Formats: sequence, C-alpha cells, structure tokens
Amino acid sequence: MPFVRWIRRNLVVLAGLLTLAYLLLPNVVVTVFSFNKPKGRFNYEWQEFSVDAWKNPCGVADMCGSLSLSLQIAFWATLGATALGTMIAFALVRYRFRARGAVNSLIFLPMAMPEVVMAASLLTLFLNMGAQLGFWTILIAHIMFCLSFVVTAVKARVMSMDPRLEQAAQDLYAGPVQTFLRVTLPIAAPGIAAGALLAFALSFDDFIITNFNAGSTVTFPMFVWGSAQRGTPVQINVIGTAMFLVAVLCVLAGMMVGRRKNKSS
Amino acid sequence: MSTTLTEAPGTPSEAPAPRKPKRRGRLVPYWLLLPGMLWLIVFFALPMIYQASTSVQQGSLEDGYTVTWHFATYWDALSEYWPQFLRSVLYAGLATILCLLLGYPLAYLIAFRAGRWRNVIMVLVIAPFFTSFLIRTLAWKTILADNGVVVSTLNSLHLLDVTTWLGMTDGDRVLATPLAVVCGLTYNFLPFMVLPLYTSLERIDGRLHEAAGDLYASPITTFRKVTFPLSMPGVVSGTLLTFIPATGDYVNADLLGSTDTRMVGNVIQTQFLRILDYPTAAALSFILMAAILFMVTFYIRRSGTEDLV
Repeated sequence: MPFVRWIRRNLVVLAGLLTLAYLLLPNVVVTVFSFNKPKGRFNYEWQEFSVDAWKNPCGVADMCGSLSLSLQIAFWATLGATALGTMIAFALVRYRFRARGAVNSLIFLPMAMPEVVMAASLLTLFLNMGAQLGFWTILIAHIMFCLSFVVTAVKARVMSMDPRLEQAAQDLYAGPVQTFLRVTLPIAAPGIAAGALLAFALSFDDFIITNFNAGSTVTFPMFVWGSAQRGTPVQINVIGTAMFLVAVLCVLAGMMVGRRKNKSS
Repeated sequence: MSTTLTEAPGTPSEAPAPRKPKRRGRLVPYWLLLPGMLWLIVFFALPMIYQASTSVQQGSLEDGYTVTWHFATYWDALSEYWPQFLRSVLYAGLATILCLLLGYPLAYLIAFRAGRWRNVIMVLVIAPFFTSFLIRTLAWKTILADNGVVVSTLNSLHLLDVTTWLGMTDGDRVLATPLAVVCGLTYNFLPFMVLPLYTSLERIDGRLHEAAGDLYASPITTFRKVTFPLSMPGVVSGTLLTFIPATGDYVNADLLGSTDTRMVGNVIQTQFLRILDYPTAAALSFILMAAILFMVTFYIRRSGTEDLV
C-alpha cells in the first residue's frame, strides 16, 4: 500500500497544512465577501457578485476617516515605542546596573497581563486625572503596550551581536558616535525593524485597550466593532482584503531584499 | 568607572569575547532607561495602584467616590460573577489545548519539512496579523452560519449530537454557542502558539534526529524522547501567550457567542463602560489579574522553565 505509507510519512505535513487552512479560511471568506452585494444591513450571507465596494471603498460614512486615524495613531505609537524600547533594550543588554531585575519585570508584566486589565486600570487613571479621552489617551496607551514587545525584539538581536565588531571599529579609531552609527545601529537594524513592525501591527489592530480609552473617538477596529452591531458594509471586507495583500507583498519584498543582501555579502 | 558585558544566554555560535572595560559614564544606562521606564511607571504601574484604590471605594457617579476600604466589593463580585470566571478559564484552557494540538504540526512543518516553502508559510502565518482581527472574527459568523457547510457537515457526521451532549452546542446551531466561542479563541490566538513553537523547534539540531534514528528509535519515540522535550520552552511560552489573552478576551464571546457564553472580560467591559460601576469593575479585573498570576506562576514552577523572556 504505497499510498497509505505516503500518508503516514507525511502525516505531519498534512496536519500542518490543515492548520494553515484553518488559519487562512477567514481571510478567504473576507476576500470572497468583498465581492458580495448583500441584501439588508449585514454582509454575512452570499447574495450576488459585485465589484461596487471595490470601486468605491470610501463610500461608507466615517469609515475612511477612522482608517486614517488608526494609521496616524499606529505611526506615532510605532515611532514612540520603537525609540523608547530600543534605548531600554540597549541598556539591558550592554550594561549591568542595580535595578536590572526590576526593569526586566516591569518590561515583562505588560505582556503577561490580560489586555482588559490594563485597559481598565488605565481608564481609572485617566478618569482620576480628569483627562479628556481621545487621540492622546489612545496614543499614550498604545505606546505603553507596544513598548515591551519592541524591547523583546531588539534585545534578542543585540544579544546575538558580536561585540568584537565594535572593538574592531574602535581599534580603527572610530569615535563612540561613529561606532554606534556605522557599526552598532546597522547590525541592530533588523531587530529594531521587527520591533517596529510588531508595534505597528499591534497598535493598528488593537481594540480592547482602545475601546476603553478612546472616549468618543472612533478608530478603525472600533468602527468594525460598531458595524457588527449596526450593520457591516461590504467596504470593511475590501479594506480587510487590501490590508492582507499589502502585508503579504511588504513581507515578501522585505524577504527579497534580505536575500539579495545575504548573497552579496 | 567600568562596564561589564552581560552574559548573553542563548547566544549562537560565536562566543562573545570578553570586552575591555570602557570609559563611559556610570549613568548612561539610567539615561537610556529613563524615558521608557517613566512611561511604564506612569501609564502601567500607577494605573494598577489607582485601580486597587478604586476597587475599595464606595460612592456613586454623581456624588463621587471615596476610599472606604470596602473589601466586600471583592466578595460580592466573586459571588455574583463566578460562573463567568469559571467559563473564562474553561474556554481559554480548551482553546489553549486546541492551539497546541493544531499549532504543533504547523510549527513542525515550518521548522523541518517546508524546505523552500518555509518563508511563504511564515508569511501566511504572520500576514493575518495585519488584517484587522475583528474583521476576521466576523468572518467566522459566515463560516459557522446555521445553513453553512460546517453545521451541515457536523450534522451529517452526527458530531453535533456529541457536542450538544457535551454542552458545547445547542441543537442545530454552532453560532452563539460555546463551541463557536472556543473556535474563535483558538483561531485568534493560534499564531501566538505557532511562532514560539517554531522558534524553539528551529533551534533543535537536526543531527539529534539522525542520531535517534541510528539508535533504532521509531519516529514516534524520537518525537517523544527528543523533539518534544527540546521544544518545551516553546510549548510553555506558547501556552502562556495563548491562555493569558484568551482568558481576558471579550471580543469572541461577544461576536460569536450569546448571553450564555459571557466571559469575565465581557463583565468587566459592561461594568466599566455601560453600567459605570467602577469599584465592582476594578475588583473584577483585580481578581482576574491575581488568578492569572497565580496560575501562571504555578504553571511555570511545574514546567520548570524560568527563562521565558
């Protein structure tokens, strides 16, 4: 029975591919339903093929506004979290100092805390301070929860760095600033980029913490959440499909660049 | 005035050479840490303290709240909402087990069997992160719809009777039942299981498998005695990364479940944002945090891996 033997030998592969299918099934559904022409308010049942939503992606009131707000918040949150996180990561890997253990736990805790707990406690702080909920409170919250992930990503990269490279640079009379800019930073860059990418994805997609601290401001995830109650326009699926495609293309392009660099060096 | 290099655990091949002491200010690390740490203290640690104080306050929205050390709020919250707590732990536990069972083959496939497809599969695992998870969760409404393929397949295989008997489904429906919520949770947190599993599997030296084979170990024995034990760090961090957020999640229970599937997250959200009963909400989220910290410490002790971060 060669067929049975083949199946037995490739059982892991088959099971893995099934999991992959489970993981991608919703994306397929989102894409297919972006070409739907729904009856009524909800886009959960297939009616007929149509490209209307693709022709007019911003045809829904407030949706593209919320999208651009989310992109802005994600941009600034990424910038803030990456800057602060990279500094912390360098301090943790390169220096021994007194409060190291405490710093490490303070970095770890936000990742080990359910989002709803962080969201609720941050809201109590803002309420107690009488802060106006909106863009700034969302940004503050996003930088807070992205920070730990950036630190972890950058730390991993800096740790595996050979310190002899920096010594070599200094032996060749490079000053501290020059060493950092021309040797340290380029080597750490992939880690920093990974951290920044993670921060962007986390911030852009965050719903729970934003929901608590946004006040009446509506980000894209909050728009989607509201639409699940009021009625989901097809355009949501269009945006979802477009984001998936852009992500795949960006990552593939990044890999291609990385591969070329590896070959040339 | 010297700085020493930290020993980097898990540093690959090149061993870091001992570094010459450098002339640098002793304050440099503190300056590097200051802004980020300040941020975490003010917007993470301080809020926790505020929340602790809120949970022992009494009063009303109109008259304001005062700290009265009213610990009974904790007891009241727990006695009223223990079913939701239990449900959260149960659903999150089920989802974590399912994630492990589903995620392991995928991680194994990427690490050992994918060959030149490895990067493509990695992209397909990571890319959904960039599509709003709410949109994808809503897509499950379509997949699990009453007249959909999943329900009719389960029905014709008589599996729906089994799940109904287990209390996971309700008659001919999957949507708005515990099964749908667990399915959504499993789906949402699966990448958080696959990625750490993959990282720890990838570190395993392929020669160990060959050695096991040379010693006449069957593939199953090789897996049981070599691969799985060596992937334990990935299993531990994967299960934590799935279990913790799944316990606090309220999106899946809200979008795919019904009022009978409400989890702690849903209660906290309602108390905080709709009923505006801040002390009860704060107490609930403190109980949740304590429960999770307790379970996680116990789990880490048992599994014996402390170097998670």
